[in-house]
Order: sequence, then C-alpha cells, then structure tokens
Amino acid sequence: MQNSGRSSVSVALAGSGGAGVMTAGNMLLEAAVHAGYYGLMTRSSGPQIRGGEAVAMVRVATFATDVPDDAFDVLAAVDWRNVERFADEIPLGADSLLVGDAAQGEPPPRLAASGARLVRAPLAAIAKAIPGGWPNMVALGLVGGLIGLPADALEAAVARVNRKGGEALEAGIAALRAGLAEARKIGPRYALAPPPARSARWLLTGNEAAGYGALAGGVRFVAAYPITPATEMLEWLAPALAQVGGTLLQAEDELASINMILGASFGGVPSLTATSGPGLSLMSEAIGLGVAAEIPIVVVDVMRTGPSTGIATKSEQADLEIALHGLHGDAPHLVLAPNSLADCFATTQWAVEIAEALQVPAIVLSDQYFGQARGVVERSRVEPSAPRRVLARANGEGYRRYRLTDSGVSPMAIPGTAGLAYTADGLEHNERGTPSSQAADHLAQLEKRARKLERFDCGERWASVEGEGEVAVLTFGSPTGAAREALARARADGVAARLVSIRLLAPAQPARLARALAGVRRVLVVEQNHSGQFLRYLRAHYELPGEIESLRRPGPLPLRPGEIHRRLVEGGRA
Amino acid sequence: MRKKRRRRAAARSEARLRTAPKRSGAAKRTSATPARLRPRARSRALEDFMARAYAMERDAAERYAEFADQMEVHNNQEVAELFRRLAEIEGRHAKRILEEMRWPQMPEPVYAFAWQTPEPPETAPVTELHYRMQPWHALALALRNEERAERFLESIARSSTNPREVRRLAAAMAEEEREHQRLIREWMERVPRPAPDWSRDPDPPVLGD
Amino acid sequence: MNAPGGAALAPQSFKSDIKPVWCPGCGDFSVLSALTRALALLELRPEQVAIVSGIGCSSRIPAYTTCYGFHGVHGRALPAATGLKLARPDLTVIAAGGDGDGYSIGGNHFLHACRRNVDLTYVVMDNHVYGMTKGQPSPTTEPGWSSRLAPGGTGMREFHPLVIALASGANFIARGFSGDPNGCARLLAEAVRHPGFSFVEILSPCVTFRPDQRAWKDLVRPAPVTPTDDPARAARRLMTDDGFNLGVLYKGNRPPYAPARAPAMPFSELEKEFAR
Repeated sequence: MQNSGRSSVSVALAGSGGAGVMTAGNMLLEAAVHAGYYGLMTRSSGPQIRGGEAVAMVRVATFATDVPDDAFDVLAAVDWRNVERFADEIPLGADSLLVGDAAQGEPPPRLAASGARLVRAPLAAIAKAIPGGWPNMVALGLVGGLIGLPADALEAAVARVNRKGGEALEAGIAALRAGLAEARKIGPRYALAPPPARSARWLLTGNEAAGYGALAGGVRFVAAYPITPATEMLEWLAPALAQVGGTLLQAEDELASINMILGASFGGVPSLTATSGPGLSLMSEAIGLGVAAEIPIVVVDVMRTGPSTGIATKSEQADLEIALHGLHGDAPHLVLAPNSLADCFATTQWAVEIAEALQVPAIVLSDQYFGQARGVVERSRVEPSAPRRVLARANGEGYRRYRLTDSGVSPMAIPGTAGLAYTADGLEHNERGTPSSQAADHLAQLEKRARKLERFDCGERWASVEGEGEVAVLTFGSPTGAAREALARARADGVAARLVSIRLLAPAQPARLARALAGVRRVLVVEQNHSGQFLRYLRAHYELPGEIESLRRPGPLPLRPGEIHRRLVEGGRA
Repeated sequence: MRKKRRRRAAARSEARLRTAPKRSGAAKRTSATPARLRPRARSRALEDFMARAYAMERDAAERYAEFADQMEVHNNQEVAELFRRLAEIEGRHAKRILEEMRWPQMPEPVYAFAWQTPEPPETAPVTELHYRMQPWHALALALRNEERAERFLESIARSSTNPREVRRLAAAMAEEEREHQRLIREWMERVPRPAPDWSRDPDPPVLGD
Repeated sequence: MNAPGGAALAPQSFKSDIKPVWCPGCGDFSVLSALTRALALLELRPEQVAIVSGIGCSSRIPAYTTCYGFHGVHGRALPAATGLKLARPDLTVIAAGGDGDGYSIGGNHFLHACRRNVDLTYVVMDNHVYGMTKGQPSPTTEPGWSSRLAPGGTGMREFHPLVIALASGANFIARGFSGDPNGCARLLAEAVRHPGFSFVEILSPCVTFRPDQRAWKDLVRPAPVTPTDDPARAARRLMTDDGFNLGVLYKGNRPPYAPARAPAMPFSELEKEFAR
C-alpha cells in the first residue's frame, strides 16, 4: 500500500502571531480538491482574537470523509510558540513527521515525546530570500509536496486566493515552489495514492451546507444573533437570502431572534434561526409558543462544549436533552441531527419541509465540528422544496384554526386572507383558537399536537442504517463518520457490525429501530458527551436488544475511528 | 400600489376630519320616490346633521350592547338585561332615522365621521361601569346620556349658523331626549336604590396569565 | 382595500364576537374602541391588519378584534411584530401591550424597535401597574406606591418611555388618554399613517388595582405645543414632561427601515460558490 500511495493523509500546519497557517491550510484543501481528492479541514486556535497560536488540520483522502483520522502524518510548524496546547488534537506517532524551522527552536516536549521523526527546514530563511515571500507559503509547498499533491494544483489554489495577481501572487508561487523543493529533499513517504475518478463535488463548511439546505427548503426569513460557532451560518445566509428575495435581520438578542421568526412564520414565510447551547436555552420559552400556537420554525443548534459558556470553539453533543426536553409543558416537536457534513444540507432542508408540513418547531442538532469543518463532499441534488404548509381556504363557515383532524394538522390561515382571521395563542385554546381552561379542550389540543408527530410517516430518512451483523453501533451526528470508518476496519478484520445513525430523534421511531436492530446481540452506543444523554434517550424510548455498552467522551476532542474500532473488537464491556 | 391607495385613502380621511363630511357617491334615486323626499331635494347640511344624529344613536346602541356584554361576562345578569334593553331602544332610534331619510344602510358620511369630543354625546364612558353596579346606577348612567344628547342637540338648535330646517329638526330631537329623560326617571323610581355596600366583594381579585 | 361597493367598514366590523374579560371600568375598553375607530378611519380591511401582543391584560386585545392576531409570550410582542412586518410588508402591523410587558421584560426590544424604525405602530396601555398578576409595581409606577411585592413603594424613579423612545430613534411619539377614545382614535390613525416606528402611549387606568387613577382625568391636558420634527426640541419637552401631556409630541422624518427585496439571482446560482 505504501508503494502505490496512501488512501488518506492527515497534515497539520501550526504557527502563531500572523503566520497565516489557516490561509495555508485552506489553500492545501483547495489544492487537494483541484487535484481530484476529497478532503477536510478543521482548525484550532488560542483564545486571542489575533496573533494567537493556530493550527490548521487537513485530511486528504481518495474517498469522501468528514472525520479526523486517528493520527497525523505530518505536523509542519512555522513556529512552535504555544503549539503544545494543541497536542491532544494532533495525535502523532512514530510514523509521523515533525517539520520545523531550526531558527524557531525545538519542538515542545509533548510533541517530541510522540516519537515522531523531526526534520528541519529553514522556512523563514527561504521566505526571506523571496521578495514578499511568507513562511506559511513555503510550508504549504513543503507539505503539499510531501503528500504528493501536484504543483499545478497547489499553484491554482494560491492563485484562487490571490485573485488580484501581481506581486502577492508571484511571491506566493515562488515561496510555494521553494517549499516543494524542500519536500523533494525529504522524500515521498507520505504521498497519496492517485485520486479517484472525477465527480461533481462541493467544497463547503457544515454551517454553509445547513444555510444552503435551509434556503432549498424554502426559508426566506432569518433572524440572527451572533454566537460561536453558528455565526458563519448566519453570515453566509445574509447575502444569500437577499439574493433570492429573502430577508435576514440581526436581532438584539436570542429572545428577539426566536420571536422574530415566529412572527414572520405566522405571516406565512418559512423562517429559521441558528444558535448554540446558550442561545437555545434562551429560546426555550418561545419555541414552546411555536408548539402551542402551531407555528413552524427551524432552530439550528450548532452544539458546542457546555454547560453554560463552556468552550465556545469546541464541539460536543450535550444539548440533546435540552433539545428534546427543554420546553416546559408537554410540547412535542421535531428534533433532527445531520450525520455528515454533506448531510447538513439535506437534513436542514428536510427539517424545513417537515416543520412546515406539521406546523411545529424543529430543532436541528448540528455541532461545532460539522459547522466549522470545511470539506469536500459529493454534490447533492438541489431540488428546492415545494411549499409544504397546509393553508386554509375561506369556505363561508366559521374558521377553526385548531380544528381536530385525523392527522392532527389543521389548515393555517395566512394574514391577508379574508374571512379567516384568527389569533394565534400560547394560551391553551379550543378549536377556534379562543383561550380555554377547559379540561376537554386542553386534552383535545394536547392529543392533536402529539398526533401530528405520531402519525407522521418519516420514511427511510429517519436514520442511516448500514451493514449487517450481531453487533451494532448506535449514534447520531458527528461521530457517525468515525463509526463508519471503524466499521469498515472491523469488517476488514472479519467482524461484521451494523451502523445506525439516527437523524430523526424526535418523534422517536421505536418500531423502525427495532427492525434495524433485529438480530443484534450487542449494541455500542457512541456519543460525545459526559453523562450519556443519548444512552438515556435510547433507554427511554426504545427497546434495545442484548448487551448495551456506552462509548462516550465529552468534547473538546473528537471521537476517532480507532477508538470505536478498538471497542468494537475488544467488546463485551459496558 | 397598496401603499399609494392607502395614502390616498388616508388623505381623504384627513380631509373629512378637518371639514364637514362630504357626500361621496350618488345616492339612490328611483322614479317612485316623491320629489320632496328625493335625496337631491334635501340640503347637504340636513344630510350631514341627520348622519350625525344617526351616528349618535348608533354609537349609543353599540356602547350599551358592549356594556351589556361586560355585565354578562361579570355575571351581573340584571344590569346586563337592562343595558340590552337600552341598546334595543337606541337601535330603534337609529333605525328610524334611516327610514326617515330613506337610507338603505349606514350612510356614507357616517363611515368617515369622527366625533371631535372624547365620546359621542349619548355614549357613556366605560369608566362609569362597575362589575357590581345596580340597575339604578345603569339608569342614572342612561339619564346622563340623554342629558348630554339633549345639550348637544340644543346647541345645534340654537346655533344661528345652521340652516333653519336643521335647527328645527334638532329642536324636535332635543324635545324627544327630554321625553326619554322623563321615562328614565320614572323607571328609576321603580328600581330599588342601591344599598351603601353595593360594591362590596369579599373575594380578592384572581390571577390571570 | 375598501368594503364592497367602495364604502369603508364601520368600527364595529373590527370588533370580534369575543367578549373582553377586562374589568368593567378598565381603560382598555376605550383603547379597543379607539383602535377599531382608527382602523375604520384608515379604511383598512381586517385581514390586512395584524395585532401582535405579549402577556397581560392589555395584551388580550388581538382576539377582541377581527384582525389577524398573535398573542405571544411576555415582553416579546415587538420582535414578533418586527419579524412579521419584514416578512410581510404588505400588512399593517400593530404591536400592543401594557407597561410591564413593554418596558420591563420587553425593555430591550423596545429600545431596538425604536432604533430599527421598521414601519410599525406600538400601542402601550400604561396603567402604572402589573394588573394581570394582581398589582405589582411596573417600571412606570411612581416610587412611593405601596404594594405587596414592594411595601412602602419601590423607591426607584419611574421609567420615562417617551424619552427613551425619542433617544432610541422612534419616528413618531404620542400620548393619549383612554378617557378620550375619539382623540385616541385620531392619534392611532395618525400613528399608523406615519412611516417608521410610531409609538403611542395611552394612559389607561386600572380600575381594580389603581382606583386612585380616577384622578387622571383631571390631571391630563392637551400638550401646549405643536408636534415637532426636531429631536433636540422634542428632547427638551419630554425631559420636562410630567406624564400627562396628550397629543403628538414628536413627528420625525427618518425613512423607515425596509431592506431590499427583489431577488437578484435565480436560486440555482447559489451553488456556484461551492462547486469544484
């Protein structure tokens, strides 16, 4: 396998104080795409707004992946200042390569202790010799060359960023080429296998994918309050919405943004907001209003490490419980979770569709990992959704907004329509919408709102169900990709295992899960949080067969394929 | 487009507020209508006055009906019924004006007409209600309404700037209001005087939302 | 726009058949009357009007009209109204509520609604008390008013909403008194007509928890000034205002916030950014 090249390499570029490693990392990813590979970039940085230590982590592969590999092959540092803080995020081994500039001193002990081979390249000196040259561009060329990316792909990536051309471009190309020369001195140990056959692909972040999916679903009003790590979704949506005739408004706080989208949706326009854990907490009351008044909205929670302010720039899957149970009263609503970077597009679109069809709020659980990772995915089919809201038509009779129907969905009147005026209300109400404290009305409306979801036929999209075997890995969201790779390795070892990654968390689908787990004797529940929220959810709503084990870890470090694989193979322990 | 229409409509309303209501749209005319009663034979001043008188009665009827609703909601059935009767009576007065003027429905000027006083003359402010008010209170309220209506009509009857026919009609209507007052006073004699503790309610107010 | 036959609708057409639960004597009845009269004066149709409210006695008003209504959660009428108006600029959107709902929990939204200057009208029925929850001081309650939650009074100076509205950028500021429903009708009609964020505070006595407010009818007066469009002048007036001056106090010229609307590109173009 080494001779014909690797199917996946993971590299990291580190530096501080304006070294520009993020830019270089993005260029590396663009070069990979240009050359026909798949890839993924994630980032990490110190707490400083500018000039802090930073690392760009790029995985390049011959197959689509949105998951970090178990270890990094190359860590190239423009300087070593405070890079140690990233040690946990850049696992290295004896096969790994550390590339450093001797002028920047020694690598930090923790990195050196990994046993990785150290190679020196005088990045700063090389850059200095080129007018306008930067060390990060030299590093880009070096790393790109090490992993076998063709020069023209790398140059195209540099040109893409330096569109204005001129001296900046020239200097960039020159520095790049110098770096490539350095790579040749080191040798092709980390070279990639040839790229796969070309196909139509996208390069985007999970936040962008979710925003795009929302627009495809028909969202045309967004209220935004900035919060890490959701802000980029809102910033992407601002011009995109305007371009398709929608509106984005920045709100004064999350209490405003959630109520704004309720107002807009009441007016008939599919609406959305995006936030993270702290914002979702603030929005709880109004989401409940959406449930009670039967107004569809979509709230994307790009989950970050909690509780409270937590670690804003890191991922975790610990908002599951508040998403499911954070509304006071019995307030059935939709909770979905995309399970790949590409799926952020499709599942957000789906969330809009079903929220609209069922006239109920939907919470979409994305996370910081997906949200801010930038990856290469197969192009999704983009079919803008037809409007799904069931609208009322004037028929001369008294209009009952909350009429008890078999499906639980009652046609909604849109302001502007004559003869159908009603008052949407968070107060419990009768069929007409008039506030009511009667037991019969409360029961009838509770049943109606529950029925809407119970009778909803979600079809096959409720989960990704893959593979066969007596062992099953059960998960949701971002660990799915790691689980998938773990299962592939297990299969290669002769261990058959299934993967079930749930997309539709609420309403729960016990019958479907039972079918998916038929014949399973051991279930490994995988999640990225401390207390086992997903495990508790599964126990509450489903009959799980056989032995149940939990593999869980809180953020900030992602779950990697290797650790899931090891647990699968070792097995038998809770 | 809608904004422009709204602006034009608003401008029209504005004009109406500042000046006497203008008659808009042609009134119906049939050959069967005697000449003296044909709309064209009546002066605009008369039409405006009668429209105002109609508005007064109609507003009074609507307000009594609202008062009746409030009393009903607050379980004061006796007073609710009394207000309903008053609403009916005022409604008949309003209807009579329509009939006399041969207006098939609410006249056009009335739509745009807006009283310049806080309340229409024959309409009591809502602050005069109390959820435990007695029939005597309701009748006293009605009496005050009639007195105000009388004063309003008298002021029109006495104003020399009004045409003679208007002043004559206003005087006649004022006389009718005096008659109403007499009837109400008689009615008040027939209902019990409220006890000193008529407003007492031992229970405290109840929480809402 | 108009009723069939070209005639406008009567105020009664804007009143629903739902009977208000307000205490008899409550000023809000007059505000409802004023509102329906204003809508009739403006020759609007009920289905073209949306009334958005929060929680409290005053916030019950939407269901008492035949317009579309949104009875939301406490303090959040303004953001809901803002979202609705921006999504549906064709509608006439009126936000309504009380002083507790609007100035306490809703305070932040009040500031920003004034600042944004979206074409809305906000009617606050101010009775200087939290009525629905049985009589607690509100931001506009005078410092010495004793209540169970604040025996002896809060000791805190009351909030001056008109000054705040002016400082935050409201484009139309007026005060009315429920004792003059016809006057309020004219104020409301003017407020709706005026572009941008129009703020109308209507003093509306609470007959149950503030019977002392019967005295208001003797304290209010028409403001001895004409409406001004000069914020500095309005500021001087409002800073010395005693809370009982009625009429239009400020009528500004800020253009209302209205984002660009027409789609500039077909949906399929969005993909180009990601395509590789």
